[in-house]
Amino acid sequence: MADVWTIAEVSGGVLKEISLELLGRARTLADTLGVRLASVALTSHLNEDQVERLAASGADVIYLGQDSTLEPFTVSAHASALMALVAEHSPQIILAGATTYGRTLLPYLAVKLSCGLTADCTDLAIEEGSGNLLQIRPAIGGNIMATIKSPNHRPQMATIRPRSTPLPSLDYSRTCTVCHVPITAAVHNPTHVLGLRPFVGQQRSIEDAEIVVAGGKGLKKRDNFALVEDLASLLGAEVGASRDAVDRGWATYPHQVGLSGKTISPELYIAIGISGAIQHLAGIKTAKRIVAINNDRDANIMAIADYAIIGDLFAIVPLLAKRLQERRKTQ
Amino acid sequence: MHIIVPIKQVPQSSAVKMDPVTGTMIRSGSAATLNPLDLYALETALCLSERSAGSVTALTMGPPSAAQILKEALSMGASRAILLTDRLFGGSDTYATSYALSKAIEHIGSFDLIITGERATDGDTAQVGPGIAAWLDVALVTYVSAINTIVDRTMEVERLTEEGYQAVRLTLPALISVVKEIAIPRLPTLRGKKRAMNTPIEEWDARTIGADIGKIGLKGSPTRVVKIESPKVARTAEVHIASDEDSMKGAVDRLIDIIEEVYHG
Ligand SMILES: Cc1cc2nc3c(=O)[nH]c(=O)nc-3n(C[C@H](O)[C@H](O)[C@H](O)COP(=O)(O)OP(=O)(O)OC[C@H]3O[C@@H](n4cnc5c(N)ncnc54)[C@H](O)[C@@H]3O)c2cc1C
Ligand SMILES: Cc1cc2nc3c(=O)[nH]c(=O)nc-3n(C[C@H](O)[C@H](O)[C@H](O)COP(=O)(O)OP(=O)(O)OC[C@H]3O[C@@H](n4cnc5c(N)ncnc54)[C@H](O)[C@@H]3O)c2cc1C
Repeated sequence: MADVWTIAEVSGGVLKEISLELLGRARTLADTLGVRLASVALTSHLNEDQVERLAASGADVIYLGQDSTLEPFTVSAHASALMALVAEHSPQIILAGATTYGRTLLPYLAVKLSCGLTADCTDLAIEEGSGNLLQIRPAIGGNIMATIKSPNHRPQMATIRPRSTPLPSLDYSRTCTVCHVPITAAVHNPTHVLGLRPFVGQQRSIEDAEIVVAGGKGLKKRDNFALVEDLASLLGAEVGASRDAVDRGWATYPHQVGLSGKTISPELYIAIGISGAIQHLAGIKTAKRIVAINNDRDANIMAIADYAIIGDLFAIVPLLAKRLQERRKTQ
Repeated sequence: MHIIVPIKQVPQSSAVKMDPVTGTMIRSGSAATLNPLDLYALETALCLSERSAGSVTALTMGPPSAAQILKEALSMGASRAILLTDRLFGGSDTYATSYALSKAIEHIGSFDLIITGERATDGDTAQVGPGIAAWLDVALVTYVSAINTIVDRTMEVERLTEEGYQAVRLTLPALISVVKEIAIPRLPTLRGKKRAMNTPIEEWDARTIGADIGKIGLKGSPTRVVKIESPKVARTAEVHIASDEDSMKGAVDRLIDIIEEVYHG
């Protein structure tokens, strides 16, 4: 029976967490189907301990393509390597992260392979009887959940929302086969990456953050937005913002949460002075816990919040910061 | 420079009706609008074409009523508008949609650049742009946040990734998808609206573009929506009114407990 594959993401020789999340999800699928689980990593180099991490996270096979043309990522280099690999091994399922990488590569690859692709899934299952992959995803701003399948095409392909599943526990006693994949550079690659300008003053992107502290128009002016930034740094969190806050220049666009910004799934989302317009809520429907700090009891955000403090943010947020610091000191 | 901008009509309200049998969207009834993220694609294309004395063609696949979003594109400044409409296209997934659009683009003929929105606010897959690039075998760069230079057939852009802004050089012809940060969409002018009224919308069907019937519509779509559910989004919030010092302190300390829970698993 054909294998289940996941596509790992590598940056600077190190795996991104999504690579392991995918293996955690796919392990259950492979076990249900009684087939092997393989992870494909295409990169300029992958550190040895990272290969072991893939194995410990559930991979039975690792297809490792190491070549300087594979990093930084370009669609044509990665798609041509994968097309050759798929033609050779015919997997039944391919999963990648719903990241800028997976959401670029997979729809391109799906067309090249004449296959279906489901976007940004938050859950997967194997259909009893048929063995088809059931792909569950939010759509229309998170207002509906759709179950999608590709009954007549193989491989079945899906991108998976980051942080929609916990990291698998590592088992370093697992055995795993590493297959080195020969890479033939594309004859003509029309894209060439010149460099990266990393985000300043921010450790991680808001998609990867466990805690996001977000501010909205309720902050009233740019200077006050520091309340949000300070609380975030106190919590080791990232800063999010409503569109109104971004449009006023209080935060930059990469921090915007919502329909025309980012969709995120942090463990904790703290919305400060954000009303919770449906376009904003679209970005946080899969957050584990939502806290609202707002002086309007009837604000929209209350419909989706798990915990709310109704009151003046200009009093609450400084007190919160103060109490946090006090508690840290006594610990 | 000839730029093609595929644009999509989406339901205006988020209250969308679904056909429980076929799992496809029922569009009639709810008000429809231009996908808000496509405004950034249109604006980018119009700016580029103004700089190079080029032209912009707006293209949409949809029901006859989608002519309305083409009018909007014309009034913003697009010079040509094509409506791809045919019952045979109904129920297309992103594979079939990108196929049909790529056939329409081939039928248009030559182009330098295709600009799509980042994603449509209803289907929300962001798959149609990369799909078109695959069908047409052109360069693909997604999440473009700035266009820095265009010299001859070479373009330098920035794209927004999880790590930061990546600079990419690409050779035309190409397809790029753009994010909101790239531009501030213009409003239609009165003159634009007049011109839109006088510019005919070209209507094409599956036959016009020579589409393979096996690759379009529900039949040509590898994916099937088999179930639609409305998740219960309403959570019951634990509400604390912070009206005086004591209640505020209590509310804040309870919040700190919640934060600690997140830290400790
Ligand atoms: C096509 C489209 C796409 C959009 N995309 C996005 C998107 O991606 N992201 C997004 O966020 N929005 C988006 N919007 C905009 C959205 O509709 C709202 O306008 C926006 O989210 C409102 O931002 P806000 O909550 O910061 O401001 P407001 O709605 O003005 O809310 C401010 C809140 O602060 C509270 N407040 C005020 N003073 C205090 C105080 N002293 N103490 C405590 N609370 C206080 C108020 O009660 C209020 O609830 C989009 C809109 C459209 C049409
Ligand atoms: C609930 C639900 C879930 C779905 N999930 C999937 C899925 O996982 N996989 C799948 O293959 N299909 C899926 N579909 C079908 C998909 O929505 C349609 O194929 C749709 O026509 C295009 O996809 P999109 O809305 O996601 O557009 P996107 O791919 O998000 O659109 C990106 C850009 O492509 C251009 N574009 C998109 N559509 C058109 C058009 N008709 N005309 C011109 N330009 C266009 C626009 O520039 C747009 O900004 C789903 C449909 C529904 C109702």
